[in-house]
Amino acid sequence: MDRYFLIASTICFLAAVVHTVIELRTKVFRPMRFNFIAIGLGFIFQTVFLWIRGQALGRCPITNLFEVFAFLAWSVALIYMVVGPAYRLSLMGAFTAPLVLLLQVFALIAPIDSRHQMTVPVNSWLEFHASMSLVAYGVFALACIAGVMYLLQERQLKTHHLHSIFYHLPPLTNLFAVITRLLWWGFALYTIGIVSGFFTGHPLPRVQVVAAIGLWFLYAAILQARHLKWLAPKRVAALCIIGFSAALALLWGITFTAELHRVP
Amino acid sequence: MNLFCVGLSHHTANVATREQFAGNATAESIAREVGCVEALLLTTCNRVEVYAVSDKRISTDEITRRLMAKTNRDPDNYFPPFYRYEDNKCVQHLFRVASGLDSMVVGESEIFGQAKKAYESARTSGAVGPYLHRLFQRAFRVAKQVRTHTNIARGAVSVGSVAVELAQRIFGKLNDCKVLVLGAGETSERTTRALVSRGVTDLRVSNRSLDRARDLAQTVGGQAVPFDDWVVQCREIDILLTSTASEMPLLTSEMLAPMSRERLDRPLFIIDIAVPRDVDPRVNELEGVYLYDIDSIRSVAEQSLALRQQQVAAAEAIIADHVTEFFDSISRGLNRFSKGVDHPSIGENPIHASEL
Repeated sequence: MDRYFLIASTICFLAAVVHTVIELRTKVFRPMRFNFIAIGLGFIFQTVFLWIRGQALGRCPITNLFEVFAFLAWSVALIYMVVGPAYRLSLMGAFTAPLVLLLQVFALIAPIDSRHQMTVPVNSWLEFHASMSLVAYGVFALACIAGVMYLLQERQLKTHHLHSIFYHLPPLTNLFAVITRLLWWGFALYTIGIVSGFFTGHPLPRVQVVAAIGLWFLYAAILQARHLKWLAPKRVAALCIIGFSAALALLWGITFTAELHRVP
Repeated sequence: MNLFCVGLSHHTANVATREQFAGNATAESIAREVGCVEALLLTTCNRVEVYAVSDKRISTDEITRRLMAKTNRDPDNYFPPFYRYEDNKCVQHLFRVASGLDSMVVGESEIFGQAKKAYESARTSGAVGPYLHRLFQRAFRVAKQVRTHTNIARGAVSVGSVAVELAQRIFGKLNDCKVLVLGAGETSERTTRALVSRGVTDLRVSNRSLDRARDLAQTVGGQAVPFDDWVVQCREIDILLTSTASEMPLLTSEMLAPMSRERLDRPLFIIDIAVPRDVDPRVNELEGVYLYDIDSIRSVAEQSLALRQQQVAAAEAIIADHVTEFFDSISRGLNRFSKGVDHPSIGENPIHASEL
């Protein structure tokens, strides 16, 4: 039953994507209000889905890969809704919707919604650690989206070939400021997530810990290089995409190994 | 009852012909002398048009004669290329004109202001009555809708506006940008003015002749920089506008590379409108440097024009909807009038006082 809300949410994000594609094809590009409304509706359906699932489980709904992806998609939409008031009019929604759509379609199609008998009692530190990390991933996802927008804008300016989308992208310096801010927020949340993991009272798999700390170091290195002006903005934008890809791989690895451990 | 438009424009007449018909009449004089119930004269550098409402058919020749300057030409043997639109064609034409679709540069917005001015002038003189009032108010509404719902006015189409548009795409607001103008030519002055109009305040001007640099600096509100010092300025500035008469490139990638490493997080936008070019094209390969020469600026302008052309169909669709709906509503009023009802005064049906 709760899946219907996730399906409804996915349809909203699909509508935003289709609308963007149609507008791009006709070159009459005004996706802003429609996209914001579609994403807003999608976010409401996501929230209802997570709430119902959480009530049924009696805990934070991140017990399998399906729920983790749904929670991550919710985090991305949440951060967009927070960052959105400043940037939604400049196309960020058009880039956010496809990512959320991909995450949710994967979650719905892949056979990953396996229900488990919850034998472990609710551990609030563990739930805090996992949800905080996922929200941090949502922020990194938005940084990745801003990175894609930066690279698109930068390439058009360098090659002198301006597509109609050019006029709707935020200025380069504004985009870079957004990327920097998102990286700092994501890094701070991720640090809190990692640190809280040590208070769970459960022994954590060494591979997961090493990979998570590796990702933390990757983002720390990007921020340090940005702070010391070692990297050009274009490279920082590219690293945001690489960083989020690594985060997704890590997330899948963590959840996958957790599922393996559950198999009797 | 007739609603019609008689005029000529850049589509049908060259400037020599157009100037013979500009400035010789007013809306009020046309209305009085030709016998129109309402009249409005729209005169711009690209068109001379009369929009009128009359109770009997008034020939194009009558309007033409009234518009023509008193010259030695025999008006009976002179046939200027006037066009005439009636009823819904007239409505459609005005909507196209007000939306910038009939302009030389498609989508330009100046015509909107000019049409408003013409309307105000005719209204003040009493030449505009309820019908033209309603027609022009709708035309302004349609023009706004076309601009909002299409990309018809998107993109810059002159050197100055392209430079400003690109600078805004890179830096956002230009208030904090430092600009160095190298060379004090006419185009650089126009481009500098365009940048200043968008908020640039830190302006430096350098020229081989320091006096000319001072003159331009004074004109645009900047400060003159000795020509020997301009390269050092590249460490600080955000925008370089160059247009000297130098035969050799003044700025090469070897000169700029060490500086661009120091300013990795600050982009440098270079507008090189000099021919031959002042800046080595390889400079564009440097990280964070965006070089536009005169050809690439023209190319951007052409892309903007092409983009605008692609919007014409969407704009025409909006206009078509309004034409049908508007003409249906106004023709009811016109027919009533032609059946013997007095010309309605403002406040009577079919035009409501609230529309005024």
